[in-house]
Amino acid sequence: MSDQEFITARDVTFAYEPDEGCEPHNVLDGVNIAIRRGEFVALLGHNGSGKSTMAKMFNAMLLPTGGKVFVEGMDTVDEAILYEIRRRVGLVLQNPDNQLVASVVEEDVAFGPENLGVPPQEIRERVDEALKAVGMYDFRLSAPYKLSGGQKQRIAIAGIIAMQPECIVLDEPTAMLDPRGRTEVLDTIHRLNEEKGITIVLITHYMDEAVQAGRVIVMDGGHVLLSGEPREVFSQVELLKKHQLDVPQATELTYRLQGMGFPMPCTLTTEECVEAIAAYLPPLPAASRT
Amino acid sequence: MAVIELKNLTYTYGEGTPFCKKAVDNVSLSIEQGEFIGVIGHTGSGKSTLIQTLNGLLRPTGGQVLLNGKDIWAEPKKIREVRFRVGMVFQYPEHQLFEETVLGDIAFGPGNMGLSQEEALKRAREAAKFVGLSEDFYEKSPFELSGGEKRRVAIAGVIAMDPDVLVLDEPTAGLDPQGRDVLLAQITSYHKTRGNTVLLVSHSMEDIARTADRILVMNSSHAAMFGPTKEVFARGPELEQMGLRVPQITKILASLRERGWPVGTALTMEEAVRELLPLLEKGGVRS
Repeated sequence: MSDQEFITARDVTFAYEPDEGCEPHNVLDGVNIAIRRGEFVALLGHNGSGKSTMAKMFNAMLLPTGGKVFVEGMDTVDEAILYEIRRRVGLVLQNPDNQLVASVVEEDVAFGPENLGVPPQEIRERVDEALKAVGMYDFRLSAPYKLSGGQKQRIAIAGIIAMQPECIVLDEPTAMLDPRGRTEVLDTIHRLNEEKGITIVLITHYMDEAVQAGRVIVMDGGHVLLSGEPREVFSQVELLKKHQLDVPQATELTYRLQGMGFPMPCTLTTEECVEAIAAYLPPLPAASRT
Repeated sequence: MAVIELKNLTYTYGEGTPFCKKAVDNVSLSIEQGEFIGVIGHTGSGKSTLIQTLNGLLRPTGGQVLLNGKDIWAEPKKIREVRFRVGMVFQYPEHQLFEETVLGDIAFGPGNMGLSQEEALKRAREAAKFVGLSEDFYEKSPFELSGGEKRRVAIAGVIAMDPDVLVLDEPTAGLDPQGRDVLLAQITSYHKTRGNTVLLVSHSMEDIARTADRILVMNSSHAAMFGPTKEVFARGPELEQMGLRVPQITKILASLRERGWPVGTALTMEEAVRELLPLLEKGGVRS
């Protein structure tokens, strides 16, 4: 294990407790994943591909039935170090309403560090810092129920940050949010990754969120199907579609035009796609240029 | 004929208290029988409040909701009938399943309407077909199904009441891309076959672009726009100001148009290719 590896999953298998009379079914079937310190990884896969189960392995919410998961070299099955693991890896879930516990924002953010036994003075500092990090400091005395979905989700993230984790795993954190809320949450986690060096594992069904990651891991049938930089992964349009996944519309458009004989590069974003197409369009008459 | 007509519809939460908040402010519009309407707006724009007035879950604090020309609150005791005629599928409807079998769950609504057991089951089987649940599912417990399947059971339960108007609030939230495509295809095919009116509330502009005839944009408690899908999505900058956006494909073509190339507004991949191909051929670099 290299010292850069923060989380390592080795030959991980997992089966949920079967119903009476049913055969156990392996949701994870020999998964090998290594996540490096400071990485921003997007984890993709259709529903039932095993990605959420895998994510819950990263902070010992679930334990493998076979194989091993290590967080900074610590084996997640070791109950004696459970707090150490949970302190390092925080989990943010889809529905913000299920994650907020207090009636005042700053109390909610303080819940985690209080549980860790952090001294009161330091809790105060951590809470303020965490709320500033997600851009919600001005709302510290508000009631969570009065906030928008994106704001609530940022409070949930602040609650994790206050525990000073090294890694945050987010399981579809934007699924219930409107476009503005999605942007707020995405910008927040990118900033935490860039400015604080927090390792991010983002599970999402939105391909436009995945293209912004440093690396994309695609899971299917309890295995890792693909892993690589977004451009490497999303250039395999046919393979992704075969596995019930999607590509950004920009990628699909240049892919289709390639198929029609225009040798364009694989594009990931609106801007890239516009440039790629513009290069093949007839020049504009000087008068119409703006 | 207008199936739903809103006349100066206003809804204020906590009226007469210090916390009163106008969530819907003087909205007037009409929706024709058989239309597919997309409803968009950011959280807190008033869209959820508006749709809850359509079947009488909320009683307007001002103005009127007309269903087939009749004020739904003209006879408050009959509001129950309105709820059968305007079917509402809430967010995460799979949390509302409760029966022992899939078919029993779907048949609950029509049974509740007073139909015979036989008729209710017949409706349930038809509705199950619309959402692609085969007979193998009928006797299963709803709780042993996958998330996507559960959601289809819940939607079938509303379809089985054969409402004149079907309102779906974020039906694809949390589904994977394929689950989303399949569900949208089922909803559009149901809409075409039955010819009834559908309102789809969604944060996914791509979903709206693919399905809606017209879009209602709610912003700050007002109906900010209400028009054909293409016309609404041609107003990208205004939508962005409201915290909304247009589908990526629409934005790509809009950017090319801004730079001077004569391309129209595209809502889908096929439309984009159709707009671009003649121009690209003129560019003449095809290999």
